Parts: sequence; C-alpha cells; structure tokens
Amino acid sequence: MTDLTDSFPTTAIDIAWNVRNNIVRATEVVERHLAEIERREDDIHAFNLVLADEARERAAEIDDAVSVGRDVGPLAGVPIALKDNMCTRGIPTTCSSKILDGWRPPYDATVVTKLREAGAIVIGKTNLDEFAMGSSTENSAFGPTRNPHDTTRVPGGSSGGSAAAVAAGFAALSLGSDTGGSIRQPAALCGVVGVKPTYGAVSRYGLIAFASSLDQIGPFSTTVADASLLLESISGHDPLDSTSIRQGSLDITRQLDFGVAGLRVGRITDLPEGASSDVVERLEQAFDALRDAGAEIVDVEVPAFTYGLTAYYLIAPAEASSNLARYDGVRFGNRVEAPDTNAMYTATRTDGFGAEVKRRIMLGTYALSAGYYDAYYGRALKVRQRIADDFARAYERADVLLTPASPTVAFHLGDKTSDPMSMYLCDTYTIPSNLTGEPAMSVPFGTGDDGLPVGVQVLAPALQEAMMFRTAAVLEQRVPR
Amino acid sequence: MSDAITSEWTFRGYEMVVGLEVHVELATRTKLFSASPNRFGDEPNTNIDPVTLGLPGALPVLNRQAVELAMRLGLAVNCTVQRSTFARKNYFYPDMPKAYQISQYDEPICIDGWLDLPDGFRVGIERAHLEEDTGKSTHVGGTGGRIHGSEHSLIDFNRAGVPLVEIVSRPDIRTPEQAKAYVSELRAILVAVGASDAKMEEGSMRVDANVSVRLPGAEFGTRCEIKNVNSVRSVGRAIEYEAQRQVGMLEAGESIRQETRHWDETDGRTHTLRSKEDADDYRYFQEPDLVVVDPDPEWIERVRFSLPVLPAARRVLLAAATGQRPDAEAILVVTDRDQDAYVLAVAAAGGDASRALVHVKEAFADEGARPSVPAAALATLTRMEIDGELTATQAKQVLAELAAGGGGDARAIAAAKGFEAMDASELETMVDAAIAAQPEAWAKYCSGEGKALGALVGAVMKESRGQADGKAVTALLERRRDA
Repeated sequence: MTDLTDSFPTTAIDIAWNVRNNIVRATEVVERHLAEIERREDDIHAFNLVLADEARERAAEIDDAVSVGRDVGPLAGVPIALKDNMCTRGIPTTCSSKILDGWRPPYDATVVTKLREAGAIVIGKTNLDEFAMGSSTENSAFGPTRNPHDTTRVPGGSSGGSAAAVAAGFAALSLGSDTGGSIRQPAALCGVVGVKPTYGAVSRYGLIAFASSLDQIGPFSTTVADASLLLESISGHDPLDSTSIRQGSLDITRQLDFGVAGLRVGRITDLPEGASSDVVERLEQAFDALRDAGAEIVDVEVPAFTYGLTAYYLIAPAEASSNLARYDGVRFGNRVEAPDTNAMYTATRTDGFGAEVKRRIMLGTYALSAGYYDAYYGRALKVRQRIADDFARAYERADVLLTPASPTVAFHLGDKTSDPMSMYLCDTYTIPSNLTGEPAMSVPFGTGDDGLPVGVQVLAPALQEAMMFRTAAVLEQRVPR
Repeated sequence: MSDAITSEWTFRGYEMVVGLEVHVELATRTKLFSASPNRFGDEPNTNIDPVTLGLPGALPVLNRQAVELAMRLGLAVNCTVQRSTFARKNYFYPDMPKAYQISQYDEPICIDGWLDLPDGFRVGIERAHLEEDTGKSTHVGGTGGRIHGSEHSLIDFNRAGVPLVEIVSRPDIRTPEQAKAYVSELRAILVAVGASDAKMEEGSMRVDANVSVRLPGAEFGTRCEIKNVNSVRSVGRAIEYEAQRQVGMLEAGESIRQETRHWDETDGRTHTLRSKEDADDYRYFQEPDLVVVDPDPEWIERVRFSLPVLPAARRVLLAAATGQRPDAEAILVVTDRDQDAYVLAVAAAGGDASRALVHVKEAFADEGARPSVPAAALATLTRMEIDGELTATQAKQVLAELAAGGGGDARAIAAAKGFEAMDASELETMVDAAIAAQPEAWAKYCSGEGKALGALVGAVMKESRGQADGKAVTALLERRRDA
C-alpha cells in the first residue's frame, strides 16, 4: 500500500508493535488505510460498508490509552475488515443479501468482541457471495468484488471482499468464514494467507449461519505470522457456542520458526484431477521446497477425497435450507408488503434471496425430505464419515498434507456464472477439510498463468494448527521468484 | 375409587386403546437454550434475547438444569437415562422464530420406564425427551380465539424456548379412569421431584391423547391424536367421546382415518384438525449447533439419590399408619395435598393416625403441607376422642377453634366449651328420661322400627346440650331394649 522507501509498518505485527510502543499513532495507521480505500475501493468493491468514523474514533481511543501507558492489546491499532456475515452491534450486517437489508444486529459476534479486546480496529464490512454461497463473490446482491491483481478477474469467494481488502492494502487483516473453501480459495486467488481453523477452535456465535456443521471463521493476512497472531486472538472456548472446543486459544506463534526438519509431508496420490498445469507446477515446487528444508515427502492415499464435493453439496444445502427458513420479513431485515401474510412471506423471499441461495434452499429441502433422506442426506453423512476415516489413515503416515488450494488462478468475471457446476468445482480441494473439521490454510506460493497468484494448501489433523503454520512459514520463506 | 379405575370400559363390545403424550414445562430459572428467564405471566415479549428470537448468528446453549430436571422426572418414572442428541424439526409457523424446533428425536434422554397407578395398574413409558416450547399466538377478532376469521394475530415470545419434556406413554391405557389417574399421578410425581409446577390451567402441563378402539384381542386400530385437552376431567371426557365416535364409525361400516383432532370443551366433541396426508414433513436432522448430551453414570446416580420419596411410596406409608388401602380416597387426597407427613407427625406425637387422617382430609382442604395446627395439638385431640373424652362432633368444634387460633391446647378448649366426658350414670338417667317422655317412640323402637331411634337419641342430645356421645346413647338404648 505504501511505497517501499516508506518505513511505515504494514504487517499487523509491525503495526501493533509500533502502536504499543508509541512510535506510530493508531490514528495515522487508520488514515493511511482509509486513504488507500479512497484511492482504489471504487475499482475493487471489497466493502459493503466502510466504517471510517468508527475506525477513527477507535484509533483515537487507542492512542489515548497508549499515551497513559495502558496495555492496548496484541492487535493494537491494526485495521481489520470483517466479512459482512459477522454480527456487529448497531452496524448493518447484510450477508450481501437484500433480505437482511436494514438489519442492525443488537449484539456483537464473539470474534468482534475478542478483536476489540485485542485492540484491533474494525475498518469495514466486506462483500461476499450472498450468505457465503459461491466461489467468486459474484453472487453478492450488491455487485461483485474484483481481484486487486487484475480487476477484470474475480477475487474468489465467498470471502472475496475480505481477501481483496487485505490484498489491496485496505486492511492489514481481515476475517472470513469458510464452509467449503470460502477463505482458502479467495486467499489463493488474491495472493494472501487464508486459514480455516479446526472446527470449534473459533466461536461461531454471531456468525450468520450458512451450514452450521461446516462453517468456521478464520483469518486473512499478508504474512503467515500475522495470520498466527490473529488466530490466537480469536480462538478459544466460548460458552455461547456449544460446538466450540473446550480449551484455551491456539498456541501457534511460539512454534512458527521451528521449521519442517523431520516433518512428514504427505502427497495425496489419488487426488482428484482438474488442477491446471501452472498450479500443479507450483505444488511440485512446494514439495521440493519442503524437502530442501528437511521434510520427508511421503505418498498417502485418501480414496474418499474425490467424493467430498458431492457429499458437500447435499450436506451444506440441507443445513442451509433449515438455517435460512427464518428469513420471512417479520422480525428483521427487509419486508416486501403484500395483501396478506402468506403473500408477504412469498414476496419477501422472492425478492430478497438471489438465484444461488434459492437453488441451494431447494436442493437442501429436497435432500432432507421424507423418502429421499436416506438416499441423499443420510448417504452424504456416511461419505463424510468415510472421508474422515481416510484422512485419519493418511495422518498415520504423514504429519501434514499438501494440495492445491484452488484448481486455477483467478478467472474472469462472468466465466462461471452461467454454469453452477463449474463454479462448484472451484472447491474440490478445499471441501474435505470442512467435512472432517480439520484445519487447512492457503499460503501464497509464486504466480501462475498471467502472473496471477497461486496458493498452496497445507492440511493438518484437528488442532494441529502449529504444525500446519510451521509448514506454511517455510513455504513463505521459499516462495519461487 | 379403586373399583372405578380397574373396571372395564367397553362400548358395544369394543375396548379403547389409549396412549398419552404429556408435555410439561420444566421449572428452570432460564430457558432451554438461552439466559432469558423462564417465567409465566410477565409482560409479553420481555423475556427474550437473540437466541429466543432466532436472530441471525445466535446459537443455542443447552441449560444444564433442564437436563437435570429431565433426568429427575425420567428416573422418577423408572426410565433409563441414556446418551442423547438433539434434532431440528423443521416447520414454518409464526410462533416458531427459527422455523425449526430443537427437539430430541431418535435419541431421547429417557427411555423405557413405567408408572404405577394408585390401584397398581402399570402404564409403560416409552420415552421422555427434551424440547423447546414455541411462542404463544393470540388471535384477535373473529370468534373463539381461533386463527380462522381473525383480524390479526399477536405473538408473545416469552414462552419460546421454555424447556419442555414430552413424556410418551405406551398404549397401555384401557379406560378413561386410568387415563385420568395416569395424568394425576404423573402430575404428582412432577411436582414431588420439583421438575415442574405442572399446572394444566396455566398450560405448564398439556396432554395429547392417542386413541384407537378394537375388539378385545384384535390388532390395534387406526389411532387419532386428540389435542387441546386442558384438564384431568377433559382427559376422561375427550377419550370417552373419541372412543365412542370411533366405535360408531366402525359400526356404520366406515373406517377410521388417521388424523389429529381438536377437543372442544364447550360442545364436548372432537373435531378434525388435520389428516395424516396433510401432515408436515419435518425434515428432521441432527442439530449441528449442539453436541451430544451423555450424562455420566456418577451424575445419573447423584440425581437418583437426590429424588424425594415419591407419592406412591408415601401413600403406602400413610396407608400402613392408618390401616387403610393405599388407594383409599382419604389417602389419595391427603397425599396429593402433601399433608401425609403431617398425619404421620400427629401419629408420632402420640395421636391416632386414622382419626388424624379423617380430620386432615375434612378440615384442612385449604391448608398446605404444614397446617397451622401443631401436630401435637391434633394428637391430643385424637387421643381425647379415642379415650371417649370427646365425641366426634365435639372434636370437630375443638379442631375448628384450634385451626382458627393457629394452635392452642385442645384440652383447655374442650374444657372451656364445657365438653366433658359424661358420667355413665348421668347418661343413663337421661336415657331413661327420654324413654319415659316418648313412650310411643320407645314402643316403635322396641318393635323394630329403627327410625324411632332418632327421636330418642335426639332427645338425649338436646338434654345434654350436645355433649353426649351419640354412639354411647345408642348403645344404652339397645341394652335397655334387649334387656
């Protein structure tokens, strides 16, 4: 965001260190980011809402606190963008859907509360595919987000706004949510770090649900170390989320520099095909880089990997059909008036939901229906278990696994909008980790066709984030030039 | 009473087969999945929060107290407590803010229990599961508070998310009296273990009845589910009506349609609400926002050992102390009022348990578990009766005075009223005087006209200003006649 001769800090760790030590003022950090937003946001459209005034106020509070010697937290003064499916008290939260137009949640998501306690500054709410359903951010009711590396291309999705915001330097950090790859795929396409933590590591309280058993909040950042710091700040048990794991925050940063010597890195030999040659080439280089750094590369099989996509497109829509039934225009959000109540429900939903959301509600309702449950949803649950079993076997031989994060580099806007199946295939490599609840992250690893970013995905067993981050940190140091 | 329960119910040769589904609101401090108060009667829509309203992003967190109360009631009706899960029951209705109800479905917390009615008849309990209540709709305008024809509807979400347990009996019930006794006994147990206040009139206990009929020994018939049964009395009336309706249809050569029917208290009939074909497809699936509830054995045993003595056992104790049958009316009534311990305390203080039972049943209907009259005072009173110092009539008067004064010395009150045991010779003089004064009555009495006794006894009672013991007078008259 700033030119290289400028020594102004850009990473979250540097910003926080400088702010905490009263070297740089949070107000100036915020102004610089707002200036960058001013300069490029019209072209990129990362945000549904920029919280300029709120960010300035918060920055002033932090500066005041620093001036009187108070501890302002590990993320002091760091601007962060939030995917607009995380509830912010009194601030519009839309899921990029018309149906939530005008709704201001009466409460903050747990991650928002934790960020405030850590001293971070929320600078805006970012665009997404409506209700996080999509892989390009083109399904937003408010128009698509564009890739900062090439604005004719998509940033990926569904957390495209959050990925683009970090890639464009609008915010040092952002949060996304990942249900089938919605953090990792846009991170790969935008050339930033994106992490889907272990299911239950980060509270979902206040995250507007898409598919509850798969959704997980995670960080975007420009560096692996920043992602580690942010994940440590937002993880840990939350009594408001029954599925949150009963343990403290993840302990990652201390182990970041441990390297990969002796680590067994798995290559999945029966990985579904479909990745483009530039992506495959970078993946091979990543294996080489890790081998050079002392890791042992081992072949593993995950036979059920290939069924992930199918199972996912039954389980996620099924849960979504239930989660989205509450949007009826009565208690919150947009209402389309009609002569009677039933007509009002219909009109509100017809107008309020986009095509992809409607498609998934219908898919999911069908999959759960009497007479079809066993053949669809029930069978998908069995596949889900089998995938978990296969991964468990693979992790007996490997400590972490490496795959592409996205089959291709960023594609052009409109390329896949007319063919839902081609869009769904974007998540082939990311979906299995959501089904197993295990952590995975995308780390930038050079460029592919047209000089666009490529991401490599590191996968690890549940709660082995530290090992995953160690691997990512080595890749980050050995990015091919 | 016991005869009524065990007597056969048949109608034109058919018997009824009834299973009951009882919903009870648990007496928790807060709701099943949120921290809002669980309190009846508050200003509408004040006990609400993001979880209760199903706001986007809100998540349920299971109330441990609700689980414990469900375990208490389950163990009290001899159920096994097991590993359980929650499911989403998806249906769209305005009083259901999330458009799904979180309910235990295929893995309920309590299974396989039973409940013994006071006469010993055993009703199996299939399951007892936790679920959340819905909001309450009020339909304004139109007739009878029904949605049809109303102008608008109001919804109070105070009740939404209140913890419920649904207790499902096996289809073991064969008579209206058994059904009523089951509901009464279950209610008594729920109150005794502190699981619920179980007030049918406030809706904290609601009964649905599955009714079918068959010729004895035949397969089960097609059942209808009867809703809106809001009192113990209605339970009996509704299933009686429904069973007769079904028999009527079968006799007319029609078949029974499986359907849900609404009991109308005013016209005493059931009416079709919806048929099985119209039934919603609830699209159940495991609730992903909650985790498995698997109470460890230690917790289960702790709950089991903390259960109080249950009404059935209390009735047996009281029956043993008073020499009555456990299902005698006085035993049922006094135990239901929680006054059984008091009667036992009277006995422990040297009183006569049997007389104490009668006094408590007759005179303490409006008193609670701890009547205002000290047990020792009632003990003294019953001793005086036994020893012939007071007649039954006198004892009632003394008791009334004790109750009015919240206690006192029975002996002193009796003395103040001039109630003294009459000297035997004094009583004989009075009896002889009565015979002399009413020779015609005496003649009739001696010739076997029992009615004449009343005039003679009455004369003695009048002469003694009510202090004579009626039984003693009668005995004396008999002795004179037989002499």
